[in-house]
Amino acid sequence: MSKTSIRTKPDSMSVVFIVLGTLILLFIFVPLLKTIFSSSPGTLWNTLLEAEIYSSILLTIYAALIATLIGLFLGVPLAYILARHEFRGKRFLEGLIDVPIVMPHSAVGVALLFVFGSKFLLGGFLNSIGIGFVDRVSAIVLAMMFVSVPFLIDSAKEGFKAVDVRLEKVARTLGASPWRSFSQVSLPLAWRSIFSGSVLMWARGFSEFGAVYIVAGHVSFFGYHPVAAPILVTELFESPGGLGAAQPVTVLLILICLIAFVALRTAAFGRVKT
Amino acid sequence: MIVIKSLKVDLDDFLLRDVNLDIKSGEYFIILGPTGAGKTVLLEAIAGLHPVLEGEIWVDGREITEQSPEKREIGIVYQDQVLFPHLTAEENIAFGLKLRKCSKRETKAKVDTMAEIVGIPHLLKRNPATLSGGEKQKVALARALVTEPKVLLLDEPLSALDPEARERMQGELREMHRRVKVTIIHVTHDFEEAVALGHRVAVLNDGSIVQVGTPEEFLRHPSSEFVARFALSRNIFSGKVVGAEGGCAFVDIGGVRVMAATESKGEVRLSLRPEDILISKEPLQSTARNSFQGTVSNVADRGSVVYVTVALPPDFYPTKSQILRGPLDFTCLITRQAFEELGLRMGVRIWITFKASAIHVF
Repeated sequence: MSKTSIRTKPDSMSVVFIVLGTLILLFIFVPLLKTIFSSSPGTLWNTLLEAEIYSSILLTIYAALIATLIGLFLGVPLAYILARHEFRGKRFLEGLIDVPIVMPHSAVGVALLFVFGSKFLLGGFLNSIGIGFVDRVSAIVLAMMFVSVPFLIDSAKEGFKAVDVRLEKVARTLGASPWRSFSQVSLPLAWRSIFSGSVLMWARGFSEFGAVYIVAGHVSFFGYHPVAAPILVTELFESPGGLGAAQPVTVLLILICLIAFVALRTAAFGRVKT
Repeated sequence: MIVIKSLKVDLDDFLLRDVNLDIKSGEYFIILGPTGAGKTVLLEAIAGLHPVLEGEIWVDGREITEQSPEKREIGIVYQDQVLFPHLTAEENIAFGLKLRKCSKRETKAKVDTMAEIVGIPHLLKRNPATLSGGEKQKVALARALVTEPKVLLLDEPLSALDPEARERMQGELREMHRRVKVTIIHVTHDFEEAVALGHRVAVLNDGSIVQVGTPEEFLRHPSSEFVARFALSRNIFSGKVVGAEGGCAFVDIGGVRVMAATESKGEVRLSLRPEDILISKEPLQSTARNSFQGTVSNVADRGSVVYVTVALPPDFYPTKSQILRGPLDFTCLITRQAFEELGLRMGVRIWITFKASAIHVF
């Protein structure tokens, strides 16, 4: 709100909109805050020390990170092409990239099994050379990547679009090859968008339940046999302990996501040069 | 030297076609055309940044039509928003040198020299966001020039500047060209800018070159209505400052000595708006410093106004030998009413009067 509007009397529309906006904000924040503050720090610490819990959280952080790195390697070039080139079927392709966002995630898991499952073409081949998929960390990574990579591609695309193409052209006339122009001009200028897209992708992968649940249960991870954290929450909830058993882990997951977003805001937008 | 042969470029909604240009080494060459004439695309085609459908581009006897931009040694400066925003002014200028793996010392020396030439040594550490439009343009110029390109392309480099900065920058461009002696192709839609800077001017209209020549040739012999419209809007003269007095200079413009309010010296160009010239039957007693007798040599009727061309000095008209020496034509804009009251027609002797301050020196 601008400074001048403080003096003027708010009109009825603004009042109604502010009330409605407050309701939705409460809807989002009350459950989060209520959950966070219902566990004492001591309980949280003790929860974190349980092998089942910390191995699960580390597994999930690790798998989401690997998914994001693969997403960066494969998704950023695509984002650049979409930002810079016009071609037939581009709109369709852009729609297709966003399909994982709207698909039921259990369906994603099933679809992945149809390609990577050991009975199927690619999965059979991978199995035969010793890279199994089902119930492995790699399965979790792929499931996370599938559902979260659109966030990275979209964000990176917008980032590249915001870079004036003439800057790349100038770089070329100054002697830069397309590679150099990309790495020294386009990439540094779009990195905030790429970074925030990466954090978004990582957080989305970290939170994934449906697709991961279908492709991988307990996996072997540095000597432990954890499940992904969102699945752990469900398992605990369905255990005799019920809601009370699931609560501390839930708080930890919420805190991790909050930290990720604080990191996103400060790193990507904290030092914006105007 | 840069030679362009039958160039054809696709501009989405129309074609740039049959572009033939022959630009000498060290020349300041202007391409003049209205907005949307394809000027930017023509420059980008020369730089290798825009695909060419047909034709050839040669630089210093070597064909570069198919060469990639980074190998061409052709620099470009765009109208605005041209600096790398993530680099300081100094890093911007050093960009091309770093790609050429210049040593730190050599880079610094070259950057400093170029910064001095374009007049920005004090701005080197600044972030582009904190620079004014003119300062950004100078950094962009330095960035292009420091790699010693064979050709420098300027895409409307003055249009984004406010009028005062534009005029100053115009002088600085001329000075820079005098010192660096690079071949320049500068595109603009501003006739005065073209005349002020260009050794030669090519006019681009409707996707092709309609006239190439020196500014003087343009004014004398506009080959098309489009060029004539430009030419009628200003009286342009080349001259030399031969004396000065009280903040005014006497400028010899080919036998006629006019007084102009300027501090400039040496070779100059003058422009004078047709509407700033008074026409009278008798010499006027007034504060205006310039008053000359001439002969009406042309009349162009435009309805409520009339363009009257007056040739100076009157004795040059109309014998043939004197025409060869070239009379000085002053185009004057007067109302139809005044035209009729004065009984003007071809060959009539009249006086023209204008103030020293009405003359724009550039």
